[in-house]
Amino acid sequence: MKTIKEINEKIKKGEAVVVTAEEVIDLVQKKGVKKAAQEVDVVTCGTFGPMCSSGAYFNIGHSKPRIKIGGGVCSLNDVPCYTGFAAVDFYLGATALPEDDPRNKVYPGEFKYGGAHVIQELVSGKDIRLEATAYGTDCYPRRKIETLVRLSDMNEAVLFNIRNCYQNYNVAVNLSDKPVYTYMGMLKPNLGNANYCSAGQLSPLLKDPYYRTIGIGTRIFLGGGTGYIAWQGTQHNPCVPRKENGIPQSPAGTLAVIGDLKQMSPKWLVGVSMLGYGATLVVGIGLPIPVLDEKVIEHAAAADKDIYAQVVDYGTNYPNCVPGSLGEVNYEQLKSGKIIVQGKEVLTGNLSSYSKAREISEELKRRIKENEFVLSEPVAPLPGADSGYSFKSLKERPIVTKEE
Amino acid sequence: MVSKRIVLHFPHRLVNQPIVYKLVKEYDLKFNILKAFVTPEEEGLMVLELNGKRENFEHGIEYLKSCGVKIQALSQDVIRNEEKCTNCGVCIPICPTQALYLDKETAKVNFDSKKCIACELCVKICPPRAMEVHF
Repeated sequence: MKTIKEINEKIKKGEAVVVTAEEVIDLVQKKGVKKAAQEVDVVTCGTFGPMCSSGAYFNIGHSKPRIKIGGGVCSLNDVPCYTGFAAVDFYLGATALPEDDPRNKVYPGEFKYGGAHVIQELVSGKDIRLEATAYGTDCYPRRKIETLVRLSDMNEAVLFNIRNCYQNYNVAVNLSDKPVYTYMGMLKPNLGNANYCSAGQLSPLLKDPYYRTIGIGTRIFLGGGTGYIAWQGTQHNPCVPRKENGIPQSPAGTLAVIGDLKQMSPKWLVGVSMLGYGATLVVGIGLPIPVLDEKVIEHAAAADKDIYAQVVDYGTNYPNCVPGSLGEVNYEQLKSGKIIVQGKEVLTGNLSSYSKAREISEELKRRIKENEFVLSEPVAPLPGADSGYSFKSLKERPIVTKEE
Repeated sequence: MVSKRIVLHFPHRLVNQPIVYKLVKEYDLKFNILKAFVTPEEEGLMVLELNGKRENFEHGIEYLKSCGVKIQALSQDVIRNEEKCTNCGVCIPICPTQALYLDKETAKVNFDSKKCIACELCVKICPPRAMEVHF
């Protein structure tokens, strides 16, 4: 019906009709799928939640004399970086912690400052303390360096998140009799609360459930700047059971995303601390869905009431990798503030900011309307619902040492 | 009748005295202890909800002041750093008095400081640490 090329022509002329993933719901209800598909060119989605598998790589330029940080030890504001690359390239992960952080020794640990916080400070333009030690070589003689660095002085600073944007997620509860501190927040004992983490009807992969318009190379809003889908994310699991509307009932697809950190903003990359769990980065992602045909807009019009998630016990089952759901609820129920689990009314909390997701979808809409953002053609598809691609548990095998 | 939540700071010399007892006995005030602790410097802190006739309440407060207890209205204690709050809402089910609640229209988290009992449960569980305690 429409191609991305045709939509881009309209964007360039300032004629594209762009609606958010929230607005499209009412629109399709009022006008019907057929008319809506003719009228609308792009649907914008957004999400703003903690995404642990995030981080950034840097090239800081060569010092005089040269130092080979590669294979050495390097930290930014005492947070260790991964240095297993060439001389002055290194990677900082969102969950990395300073060596002297007490972690969970005083339980529950506070995790006040980690890699995610460094990333947020870098994009705020702040000076960061770099310390590195190296073993010294003939061509890289220096052994030690201590200097302030900032984002604008770096050669490359690239956000490269290997798993973001989960297509749906669990609703976490605690059936045990003591509080647990998880990546889903603090869960009070005996079904004291139920935490979820999704923008629901605004969340990118829930609105294109079969990844029909999204693929490797898709241009996205990332942390306030422009980024791209680099690959399917780790733990991509597209073959889970789906509802009739095609939407997965449990965590499914994921994205690996990449973009220039220098363009990003501390508003959309926020370092946070999960009590008793660790540091992590809240990432703002916006994704445009080109309305190529009626099926696309029909999927994009899924509302909170059409999207279901599984209630999972994080007291005993999750930590022990015991599968099973305590029941399913939809996002309309979750957003009402309470759900029923095992006959008990349980208050709900979201880890993913819906108001910020809405702001991202509005901002992406504005950028497209004002021709600041054009759509890209994916260069390859993501493994889909019938690909057989799946997320496996680890099979542990004993390490047998040969006897001499 | 009035019902107010107040924070009492007891200096070291008063920590051992039955001051709250007097509020009941002499001033006919109902009390509900929302929080109480003694700091390492042996200063006492107590968050009380007091309930009773206005006149009695005022006299009770005068009595506390005359003993040397510092009194502070509760709402000043926990504040939200609006810059830091991402409006996620994970604090909402944790708050025992619904002082933190979701505005369905804006999808933002509202903080009603009048309802806050300064239990501080939200402070450490807030991922961006937007809830701050100011004594």
